[in-house]
Amino acid sequence: MNQEAIKERLVSAFGAEVIQGAVLFADQMAVTVVKDKILDVCRFLKTDPDLAFDLLSFVGGVDRHPASPRFEVVYQLYSMRHKHRFRIKAMVEEEQEGLGTIDSVVELWPTASWHERETAEMFGIEFTGHPDPRKLLLPEEWYVYPLRKDFPVEGTEDTPDLPAAQIREG
Amino acid sequence: MRDAATADERRVETLEINVGPHHPSTHGVFRAILELDGEIVLNVTPYLGYLHRGYEKTCEAKTYHNVIPLAERCDYMGASSNSFAFCVAAEKLMDVEVPPRAQTIRIMMAELSRIFSHLFWLGTHAHDVGAMTPLFYCLREREDIMNLFELTAGGRLMPNYIRIGGVIADLEEGFVERLRSFTDAFDGHVDEYETLLTKNAIYMDRTSGIGILTKEDAIALGASGPMARASGIAWDIRKSEPYSGYENYDFDIAVEYGCDVYSRYLVRMKEMRESNRILLQAIGRLEEGPIRATKPGFVFPPQEEIYTRSESLIHHFMLVVEGVQPPKGGEVYQYIESPRGELGCYLVSDGGPKPYRLKWRAPAFVNLQTLAKMSQGAFLSDFIAILSSVDIVLAEVDR
Repeated sequence: MNQEAIKERLVSAFGAEVIQGAVLFADQMAVTVVKDKILDVCRFLKTDPDLAFDLLSFVGGVDRHPASPRFEVVYQLYSMRHKHRFRIKAMVEEEQEGLGTIDSVVELWPTASWHERETAEMFGIEFTGHPDPRKLLLPEEWYVYPLRKDFPVEGTEDTPDLPAAQIREG
Repeated sequence: MRDAATADERRVETLEINVGPHHPSTHGVFRAILELDGEIVLNVTPYLGYLHRGYEKTCEAKTYHNVIPLAERCDYMGASSNSFAFCVAAEKLMDVEVPPRAQTIRIMMAELSRIFSHLFWLGTHAHDVGAMTPLFYCLREREDIMNLFELTAGGRLMPNYIRIGGVIADLEEGFVERLRSFTDAFDGHVDEYETLLTKNAIYMDRTSGIGILTKEDAIALGASGPMARASGIAWDIRKSEPYSGYENYDFDIAVEYGCDVYSRYLVRMKEMRESNRILLQAIGRLEEGPIRATKPGFVFPPQEEIYTRSESLIHHFMLVVEGVQPPKGGEVYQYIESPRGELGCYLVSDGGPKPYRLKWRAPAFVNLQTLAKMSQGAFLSDFIAILSSVDIVLAEVDR
């Protein structure tokens, strides 16, 4: 199925108020899905026989600072049966208190587990319902989100050196 | 009665042991906590991040052309595959058409790096299960490939040869002849490795039926490359979604149905032979022509033109000073078949000279997630065989 047909299929199943923006660039389409419906849309994408997106390539984040809503969560999908790909996104707002949240898709695609853990620690997005929401690549004692655009490449005083350096300093 | 009760109590007591982060068979700095019942592995909890260098953040602070050497350091075992993946993604974003000669040269580099990576995998994997000999044979041929890289690119481990729009320089004189003599001999070398392992009773006992990853689990956990193909999934991106002219090559997808460590071994052995076939065809397909696309403002002009033509000098200067300006709001996900599977690069552009967002879909990272599933119920000694069958490169896992 081509990109336009997949989008049409989604719109006819969920309506234009859930499937909002669709951007086509270099023969690849990305549609934006209302955040609260992400699990429903993903379930449909996986189980609908004409779509059958059984493989999740990755889950990632994009920080659109200072735009609002601030974060995009990107899902790149592939169907083994139909050999087609598709990309969906959901916008997550930065909260005044606590972290922005979005439903976890681990129950649909177990591979999402590590991708979501990485996105959570890098951007400060909480994936609700994630079975194992620990940090993945970063030290537990870091409370910064390195892939946010307002985080400097060289780090801040909140990113102490590696544990070895701490031990050396006593 | 009392004795039986004590015995039962002992039975439910599990033991936690630590593997890594520095261990000869973890292929890098990888740590796992194993929960054991006697010798049986109940659960595996991997701890990653020891090699995390902030690759994506660094790339977002560099211009598109500056990302290429970084990309190669992401997976130093298949370096050319990585710069290849980044360059095809950037070319898709910037709408650059690569000339045929450059495409063929890129395929040569990609397939050489696939053999290069599989050879090192084979050597270390055999070593992990107790066979010391294959490593020395594998390193012998790996040295030949490094010499080929050095001849044409200068670098041995990291050729840093592929560029946006083509390759940095034309093939060095004598490269094709040496590549041909390598390909002529290589099938015989694979036969040599196979005599050491394929029908070796000890090796088969150590690997057959070990580390089962069913087809359903492989798809659910996102496994790709040899991991998926050893579970009966005939999926190779070079065939299903060809890039860089792979549709013109005649080769077979290596598929096995055993879902175990031994099948992964067979798949990689077959892939080396298929890569060799592709290399032979690539030599035949190598036609004269430019080695880089002509697209001022996106692709560097040829070095000799910079000295002789003022327009080329200006283009070169502007590219270095200002960088490229890809379309604002453009975003692409482009993927290739790396030695480890689907290696993808998701690029988001804000119209500036640096990628606004670069997400690296590292196959080793995704494949490693299958480790816990495969190890549950296995013996502790099999865990090492299973881990090495994933073919992880920790630099790519942690990025």
